[in-house]
Amino acid sequence: MAEMVVKESKGKKGKGGKKAKKMSTRVDLTPMVDLGFLLVTFFMLTTTFSKPQTMEINMPIKDDTVKEEEKQAVKATHAMSIIADENNLVYVYMGIDDPNPIKTDYSANGIRKILYEKVREVDNLTVLIKPTDKSTYKNVVDLLDEMNITKVKRYALVPVEPHDMDIIKKLL
Amino acid sequence: MPKVKIPRKSTLVDMTAMCDVAFLLLTFFMLTTQFKSDDPVVVSLPSSISEIKMPDVNIVTVTIDKSGKVFFGMEGKYNREKLIDKIAENKNMTITPEQKRIFSLLSSFGVPISKLPEFLDLSQEERNKPGYQTGIPVDSTNNELKEWLKFAKIVVYETDRSLYVNQLFAIKGDGSAAYPLVKKVMNTFQDKTLQINKFRLVTNLEAAPPVQK
Repeated sequence: MAEMVVKESKGKKGKGGKKAKKMSTRVDLTPMVDLGFLLVTFFMLTTTFSKPQTMEINMPIKDDTVKEEEKQAVKATHAMSIIADENNLVYVYMGIDDPNPIKTDYSANGIRKILYEKVREVDNLTVLIKPTDKSTYKNVVDLLDEMNITKVKRYALVPVEPHDMDIIKKLL
Repeated sequence: MPKVKIPRKSTLVDMTAMCDVAFLLLTFFMLTTQFKSDDPVVVSLPSSISEIKMPDVNIVTVTIDKSGKVFFGMEGKYNREKLIDKIAENKNMTITPEQKRIFSLLSSFGVPISKLPEFLDLSQEERNKPGYQTGIPVDSTNNELKEWLKFAKIVVYETDRSLYVNQLFAIKGDGSAAYPLVKKVMNTFQDKTLQINKFRLVTNLEAAPPVQK
């Protein structure tokens, strides 16, 4: 395989003068190709192609000195609570005491559809994302992502309260 | 019958074109490559439509794996050297230059501070053995993550004030990690002594769905 391909020139033999042999300039490139692909394979396997993306989140400053009255209250009519529960289920209810909470999932026809509707219906919609202890990190990231998709301007990550569980109890 | 002579063709093929392609690809990969970092755990990231790229410099990453272990990583070899000095000084530990060198090469680690010198004496294979790194404690009684974050901030503050303002903190969590632990880490970030209220969540890119009206 690795021999050099040297074409001997067919000089005319009859003439007495010594002619320098014309050497072919063609070199067998097979080993070079081998080496090239070896390195390509190495780089292909060690490379990380896409850098991971990041999602920026801003949390409110935790400050115990702020009094309860000074805290920004959300109008009940503008508030929408999303409770992320186990088994990738989400419960949605509006305001403080919604008689009809909705049970849904993370699909495009689930929570996203509801969010699109509410964004259209309610001005200054504020979404309160309440992940329960049984939810996973993915659930939370998915919900935050839905906020970006549906362009909800105001949303917050808040702890779930017993009151929330009471409302969704009938759906459990 | 006369024999039909099949002309013998040479089996040698001109390799020039193939060689060109190989080296073209090689050049491409060499220029675009970024080596995979040897993280102690594999994390399957959740996906989002966010398109902000993860920065390479001046970032502190807290990794949470699916079994609920917390790992800490700080960018920059020089920063890590200073970080271990600070921790050692604070905890009255003695760190040998060799241990310091090894620590400065770790992109991420997850052991309690008390086990750190012992951990740094191990070989790389032993360190990355699954199950050896038990994670950094984040309990309310023993929150070592807070210490690491605090000193990470101090190190950057002492190096360059402008970098300090732009220092980034990211949570790189496994999708199936339980939320309470993530909350603990977030609460640690927001601790009164740290005041990291703005941070990043590392995700994979996902195609944005069509815009609805």
